[in-house]
Amino acid sequence: MSHLPASITDWFAARDWRLRRHQEEMIAAARAGEDALLVATTGAGKTLAGFLGSISDLIENPQDGLHTLYISPLKALAVDVQRNLLEPIGEMGLDIRVETRTGDTPSDRKLRQRQRPPQILLTTPESLSLLLSYPDAETMFAGLKAVIVDEVHAFAPTKRGDLLSLSLARLQHLAPGLRRTALSATVRDADLYRGWLSSDGDYEGVRLVEGEAGADPSIRILLPEDRVPWSGHSGRYAARQVMEEIAAHRLTLVFCNTRSLAELIFQDLWSENEEGLPIGIHHGSLSREARRKVEGAMAEGRLRGLVATASLDLGVDWGDVDLVIQMGAPKGSSRLLQRIGRANHRLDEASDAIIVPGNRFEYLEARAALDAVEQRELDADLWRPGALDVLAQHIMAVACAAPFDADALYAEVRTAAPYATLDRDTFDRTLSFIESGGYALRAYDRYKRITQGADGLWRVSHPRFAKQHRLNAGIIVDAPVLDVRFRNGRKLGTVEEYFASTLRPGDTFFFSGLSLEVEGVKDTDLFVKATAKPARIPTYVGARMPLSTNLANRVRTFLHDREEWRRFPADVQDWLEIQQQRSVLPAPDELLVETFPREGRHYMVAYSFEGWNAHQSLGMLITRRMETMGLSPIGFVSNDYALACYSLKPVEDPRPLFSADILEEELVEWIQTSHLLKRAFREVAVIGGLIERHVPGKRKTGRQVTFSTDLIYDVLRKYEPDHMLLSAAWEDAKGRLTDVGRLADLLDRAPRTMVHQQLDRISPLAVPVLVLIGREKVAMGTADDELLIEAESLAEEAMRLA
Amino acid sequence: MVPLSFCGHELVPLAEGAIYWPLRNAILLADLHLEKASWFAKRGQMLPPYDSLETLQAVKAAIARTEAEEVWCLGDSFHDREGCERLAPEARALLESLTAQTDWTWITGNHDPGFVDTCGGTIADEAEVDGLVLRHEADPADPRPELSGHFHPKLRLRLRGRGVSRRCYVMSETKIILPAFGALTGGLDASSPPILRAVGGEATALVPTREKLLRFPLAA
Repeated sequence: MSHLPASITDWFAARDWRLRRHQEEMIAAARAGEDALLVATTGAGKTLAGFLGSISDLIENPQDGLHTLYISPLKALAVDVQRNLLEPIGEMGLDIRVETRTGDTPSDRKLRQRQRPPQILLTTPESLSLLLSYPDAETMFAGLKAVIVDEVHAFAPTKRGDLLSLSLARLQHLAPGLRRTALSATVRDADLYRGWLSSDGDYEGVRLVEGEAGADPSIRILLPEDRVPWSGHSGRYAARQVMEEIAAHRLTLVFCNTRSLAELIFQDLWSENEEGLPIGIHHGSLSREARRKVEGAMAEGRLRGLVATASLDLGVDWGDVDLVIQMGAPKGSSRLLQRIGRANHRLDEASDAIIVPGNRFEYLEARAALDAVEQRELDADLWRPGALDVLAQHIMAVACAAPFDADALYAEVRTAAPYATLDRDTFDRTLSFIESGGYALRAYDRYKRITQGADGLWRVSHPRFAKQHRLNAGIIVDAPVLDVRFRNGRKLGTVEEYFASTLRPGDTFFFSGLSLEVEGVKDTDLFVKATAKPARIPTYVGARMPLSTNLANRVRTFLHDREEWRRFPADVQDWLEIQQQRSVLPAPDELLVETFPREGRHYMVAYSFEGWNAHQSLGMLITRRMETMGLSPIGFVSNDYALACYSLKPVEDPRPLFSADILEEELVEWIQTSHLLKRAFREVAVIGGLIERHVPGKRKTGRQVTFSTDLIYDVLRKYEPDHMLLSAAWEDAKGRLTDVGRLADLLDRAPRTMVHQQLDRISPLAVPVLVLIGREKVAMGTADDELLIEAESLAEEAMRLA
Repeated sequence: MVPLSFCGHELVPLAEGAIYWPLRNAILLADLHLEKASWFAKRGQMLPPYDSLETLQAVKAAIARTEAEEVWCLGDSFHDREGCERLAPEARALLESLTAQTDWTWITGNHDPGFVDTCGGTIADEAEVDGLVLRHEADPADPRPELSGHFHPKLRLRLRGRGVSRRCYVMSETKIILPAFGALTGGLDASSPPILRAVGGEATALVPTREKLLRFPLAA
């Protein structure tokens, strides 16, 4: 440690701390000017490790102007790190200016930051891209020495990762000596992240630094009275036990998989909260003020329990969490590990966590997740080529800053890993898209946004296009929302427009931990009042987290391997035992399909384990095909494990329904006419800069709205089906929402692996998915009672042996 | 094609969003918003430049199907007063052939006040034809039977959990508001207060399908 400046070593010594091995390695990499990826669990002093190189360089070679950029995917994270970084810098007595810049930063401070930048700037990928769009970017970044990308595992394979990768390529051009550092949670394949970070596509040029493995976490599965319910997917039945755990700990985080579930769980806990312990709720639809308030209460130790969604997934270091509870199945081992890491930020102590499975399949999944964590088997990330709408946004940002040469920019873009294989033709199409829409009919040559000058350089045609770009840039495109407000104007948060459109005055719903009654809608506000009436649930659009293939494979193995069953509670063992007698339990590589009649309908249940997203798509396709085969399908329902279709006529032979040609025939037709692609189109149209996003408060109300992206989509598809934006939307819809890859694998295997069981009545394995049918059918209000009654009769029938 | 009786006149609301008037062998269209895309393109939003052609081809098809000899456009035919000059050659040729083959009247709207005719047809602020007033925006104070556009009414319903949205006509005792005919025109909920105020309370949304004219009462 002797090679470090005294102010740093003294600071460590004063705290009786020692430099950890990975921190030393990170400093060594920084001194050698090497790019580096640090992979370590929470509590390893990761963030400080990232900064030490910059701090010591600034002590030894003081400089004015921007030295280090720290980029985090979360606005709140940047604020949080400012706290954790300012403290050491202050205590070391260093004269280093650290500032934050996000969308929430006041504009006068933003301007000052450009004129007189701090030495260390903490920001987000979006704010960085905007900084790069200003003409002074060249001077601002000329002296930049280091970039630190935090939580890189959380977003490198997404569009935000694409944007940041392009921005890094630009920074490298402005500051060729720039050193890149990234910090990551443990990931399955670190080399893919090294490749993403690299400035020349060679992952070996990025030093890999691995943190010490922490103590193994201590995880339990919570089984009230040692029983696992048949149905449900949330663990709501365990509210009392969860409340007891909260009472027994300092601060408990209760993670839920969706926002609406978080609202329900919060209500359940509240009604069991006899001691009146301070508990709160946190999710992405709540207003910023509401979230900040909860975060503050947590940091100050005023909260005992917090119900949260993925909005708290990233390592924000608030409060002294000593227990993490996962409600429902964890869906993947990586996510589970990251969530668990939130409890206890010290490496040498085990994190304490509880999983509450919602039904018997979720019990198996929870068990599988525990095994995977124990064996340190993580989930694979899905990487895809860089998105073209993001590329379009980046090229426009570059044009806004200064005139550019297309050949040079093409070469620069290809140094960004997601665009390493981008061909020149696609680049040129993207350029032409920004120029004047990229249409074959050159109708807009008069209105070009960027023009090529006699010097061969491209520049923005009018300053207003640069202004427009900066107002509309960004990667996250929200569905249209309404603000939820009390009459006095206080904003509680937002709900999606489509959900609001299902509400009538007098309707009730849970939101922000309250039961609310709708008073009316005015413009973009949904006015509500608090009510004591029972509420229905807000439903939110959005892709669900799919079950990872890793956990799915483990669950399949459990079904087949009786040796494993001994670990399970008695009712889960019974369930599998009777399934074996009444039907079969499929081998890991088999696709079990059961058909049986029930109450005048015919059911077909396929246990395909490909996740909810893939099953929803498959359900659409199969019911379409059932329609053409004259089987009169009525509907389908799916969960992560199985798909159930029901019809008036029986499926005698499921084979023709599960054939690969369904992907060629029905899928293409379905996707092209469905909402799915139009939604994706809206997103790429906004990101690509074809249309302006709705700026809050600027949205037109009454009279006709400006135009609908659905109509643009229809016209474009008819007149120019090869347009760049349509390809981009197609790529998005295909990869993100339908899990076509998993579907294709499933259908490819189906003919060889299908085991068809014709039964006289429902099987035990079918109960968890069929209970969901009841869920859709029953009326609101008494839903819970009816659901229970139906669930009970299903279970009784299934477990009867004769 | 299902006819409708309106103030003693027989009118046929067509599924594509035009009204056919058998007595005069005429069709009425509202809110074509031609050259809307290029209006936005000028401001940096490069919408697909095919909207005018798409709209005019639909007009051509409606004329061909009804064999109408007379066409009344009820305002906002162009998205702005210079729209006519921006028409691309193919769309312009199509429009010129349509205005030449029929007796074509442009009623002006708020988007295209005082536009200069360069594509044929005659221009009027409003008209009274065989006892029916044709204008762009409904006038609640006028007791005469009236046909207008302007509001782009759409019927929005949730059926079995699925949102359904269709262009529709809104009819009261003495007024009909036509849906927007243009390819890139958005819509306003048929039961929204501005529409109900314009037609004077009690109203019905009409949605023509091939076999039937569907009627949905709109709450005042």
